[in-house]
Amino acid sequence: MSCAETIQDYALRSIGIGERLLPRSDFTLCEQFVLIGSGMIWNIYFGVVALSTGFFLAVALAVGKACRTPLARIPSEWTIFIFRGSPLFIQFFFAYFLFLSLKSTHPIFDPLTAAWAGALIVLFLNTAAYSGEIFYGALRSIPKGDMEAAEAYGLTGFTKFRRITFPTMLRLAWPAYTNEAIFLFHATTLVYFSGFPAWQQRGDALYYASYFADKTFNPFVPYPILAGYFIVLTLCVVTLFAWASRRLNRHLPQEARKRMTLRPSFMR
Amino acid sequence: MNCADPATLDGLAWLACYLTTGKHMAFYGSFGTVLLLLAITAPTALLFGLGGAIAARSRILPLRAFGKTYIAIVRGVPDIAFFLFFVIALDQGLEYLRHQVLCPGWDQPIRQGSDFVVCQAAKLPLGTAPQWQHEVYGFLLAMFTFAIVFGAFAANVLFGAMMAVPRAQLETAEAYGLTRAQTFRRILMPQMWVYALPGLSNLWMVLIKATPLLFLLGVEDIVYWARELGGTKTPNFTDYPHGDWRMWYFLALLVFYLLLTKVSESVLERLMKRLTYGQATTGGMTA
Repeated sequence: MSCAETIQDYALRSIGIGERLLPRSDFTLCEQFVLIGSGMIWNIYFGVVALSTGFFLAVALAVGKACRTPLARIPSEWTIFIFRGSPLFIQFFFAYFLFLSLKSTHPIFDPLTAAWAGALIVLFLNTAAYSGEIFYGALRSIPKGDMEAAEAYGLTGFTKFRRITFPTMLRLAWPAYTNEAIFLFHATTLVYFSGFPAWQQRGDALYYASYFADKTFNPFVPYPILAGYFIVLTLCVVTLFAWASRRLNRHLPQEARKRMTLRPSFMR
Repeated sequence: MNCADPATLDGLAWLACYLTTGKHMAFYGSFGTVLLLLAITAPTALLFGLGGAIAARSRILPLRAFGKTYIAIVRGVPDIAFFLFFVIALDQGLEYLRHQVLCPGWDQPIRQGSDFVVCQAAKLPLGTAPQWQHEVYGFLLAMFTFAIVFGAFAANVLFGAMMAVPRAQLETAEAYGLTRAQTFRRILMPQMWVYALPGLSNLWMVLIKATPLLFLLGVEDIVYWARELGGTKTPNFTDYPHGDWRMWYFLALLVFYLLLTKVSESVLERLMKRLTYGQATTGGMTA
């Protein structure tokens, strides 16, 4: 089988298009490349959807945590504490079994036991909590002078938030937020190892990589391939966020713009 | 309390008996495994990190390249991929080395299709070894894997901390005629910790949250037991039949980890206050 045929058969295997059966023996390098790449579709799906939806909840959580009213502050604080203080792996397991027991009460919860919805909810809440804490930190380090200047111009309430507080918060939080985005993409590899079943062997990149490693008993091929894919993905994320950072800081004088680091620190 | 016939018990008495079965004791013991892993891995990873950071600052090119690659490679790739990779790779590497030493007369290739074949004497642990040796070997492999991955994280933190020590300090040392090694030992090492602490405490939190991944490395840890004990039990197989309780077991694990991180957080905060007392730093304020 030529490599072109392999691509045709397996490039979209992870979303159920193409050949049903996975290769079982005599694995070629091409098959490993194509299938692991096919799995990346899921990693990108989880990462992109969780990030783009989680962003809004994160802003809400940050504003809530900075609020003086306990009614807004306490729920935000607890959400952030619970999702940041416990391992994502355990959150996945807990959520999966929670969704399983919900499923038995009403069929409306059926999709939640599938990874595309259930794991996505966990990732969404998780990234919202982590980014929420980042945004909260940024919110508290906005220079006082900026806010006073805004008030001097007569800006109040939501207008002040939309035009001054929010953009400044984003600018300050952006490097850390880039970091969080990279980590979220890495965290997506946990999904199929934590209870959520890979229906019809449609898994993510790590699922296929470990499939090959198990079958060939040779970790030195599939895992470096996976690593290559993730390094490319990380570089894409960094490029995209650097572009956004330039837009966020475009009004600042050239020398005042902090150069977007290409080597973000990797702590979550 | 008499737990001989659980079917006759109900309510709290049943629960008390249920939570003290032999398997539950193994479950509680596995919390110890997690803490043991943390206790061993943290210093080992710190040592690896120090080695990595020193290598990355080295003046010898291959050593510097090695240090920088070690630090950089962990950044771009999910840590769980490393865990899955290293556990097999280390095992095969060790067996390969033993094979070379112990069975020099072996003429067959080691990789035969999808099999990894070494001679009997090179197997780790030996096929005849008792079960506990297999378990200890598995745990040691897992621990070493953790140390390698978190060593890279620590190396990055320590590398940054070494860079953060004010240049003037090092220049003064040079002016006093201290050699590079002396400067490192007497000036750089004592001062870098305060710069490293915020990063290291963050790392400790990340390490705590990575411990459930032991499950993926084949160790019978808390995740293993929670799945095992929580699953539906029918009266045929156990004296304590119950439905699917895995949710509650994982809720318990969630609470355990929340407590662990909370306690660590307050301890580290105190430590930071103590260390930065009187120091001309921002007190490790992270933005």
